Amino acid sequence: MRNAPTDPGPLIPRNRAAHPVAYDPDYKTSVSRSPKWPLLSMESTITEETGPVFGHGLLGPLDNNLILNFTQGEAPAVGERIRVHGRVLDETGRPVPNTLVEIWQANAGGRYRHIKDTYFAPLDPNFGGCGRTITDDDGAYEFMTIRPGAYPWPNRANDWRPMHIHYSIFGSGFGQRLISQMYFQGDPLIDLCPIAHTIKDRGQLDRLVAPLDMAGSRPMDYLAYQFDIVLRGRRQTMFENKPEGM
Amino acid sequence: MTQTLRRLTETPSQTAGPYVHIGCIPTFAGNPGIYPEDLGLRAIEDGALGEPITITGAVYDGTGWALRDAMLESWQADAAGLYPGQPGADPNVNGFCRFAADKDSGDYALSTIKPGRTRLRDGREQAPHIAVWITARGINIGLLTRIYFDDEDNSADPVLSRIEQRPRADTLIARKTGEGRYRFDIRLQGDNETVFLDM
Ligand SMILES: [Fe+3]
Repeated sequence: MRNAPTDPGPLIPRNRAAHPVAYDPDYKTSVSRSPKWPLLSMESTITEETGPVFGHGLLGPLDNNLILNFTQGEAPAVGERIRVHGRVLDETGRPVPNTLVEIWQANAGGRYRHIKDTYFAPLDPNFGGCGRTITDDDGAYEFMTIRPGAYPWPNRANDWRPMHIHYSIFGSGFGQRLISQMYFQGDPLIDLCPIAHTIKDRGQLDRLVAPLDMAGSRPMDYLAYQFDIVLRGRRQTMFENKPEGM
Repeated sequence: MTQTLRRLTETPSQTAGPYVHIGCIPTFAGNPGIYPEDLGLRAIEDGALGEPITITGAVYDGTGWALRDAMLESWQADAAGLYPGQPGADPNVNGFCRFAADKDSGDYALSTIKPGRTRLRDGREQAPHIAVWITARGINIGLLTRIYFDDEDNSADPVLSRIEQRPRADTLIARKTGEGRYRFDIRLQGDNETVFLDM
């Protein structure tokens, strides 16, 4: 018996070696917030294979434009104008269409519009620092924003975060949920950042570094960076039957 | 030599950091007006079928301190055990909710309906449960767990049954504290560390 057409298939087990370690004393906050017990590993169930669906009707016209969305188009944010775009795929190479992508970031001076950010770089009155969009049928997405500034943070005596944009991606199942960060090609602070280096596989860390994309930029307007994202895939096979003997 | 396997590797996670609220729940973070409202404000809409419940709790670090900066997400079935999107699911159950620890007390609250039993491909039933995903500064990859209920029959649940150390299964069970009220605390580390899932 084939799966019903509505069965999207079990999730491929997560390759934990592709991810950061939970406990890393160089990132001091992780010391008291990392579980010591191993995770309980099991095949996904309907709970992880299903997830919320957000329609394009959710979006306002400026939701993916961080230069304009805080003032609803009244006045542009200060900073170097950039376009960030890419595709969301899964581990089998299939596009992930119609999935919500949310981003947040510091302003051009490295300051967040957040009550707990006490860095003395000035707030930009025209910049909120968040945006969202939904991937198209091809899994593609794009944002207009300004290049975020690097900023210092209390960890070791003189730690600075490289320029980065925080990403939150849903996928089609709750078990695909992912939060990550995009870095910028050529930023020397990446090599010094203890948060970036919670990822111990350098090849995996490099996948968070977006290359400059001159072909995707617009002359006399903005530079572009390309950031592709891969979510967990699903096992899809005609042999996806009940276990033998059941 | 062999052919090259046509597989991609998942993008690595990074911590949500201390400012996850401005990206995911900007109105809660004090930045209203960018979106009409924050995403995932309500797990259910008026008219959802089932028993209304409120679950409160906190997320504790290894020192016993309640996190003030955690953001949580929940995903659940309707009272009949159907997830949103499945044929016949209750249209008033959103299933998804996003909520945060209180910045002063660290307590969170989730108001919803109690979910029904759901079924695996092999026919086994899962006891009523709500999936919860926890992110915060210092958490490098989001932590997945489940809320079960102490007034339900959990004896045959396939996930709880897989926990070898039986006392640890209790970390996934919310305690009833009153009519429609439950307490569910999450301990990231230390005594009674919550069971986190890799599914
Ligand atoms: Fe940041």
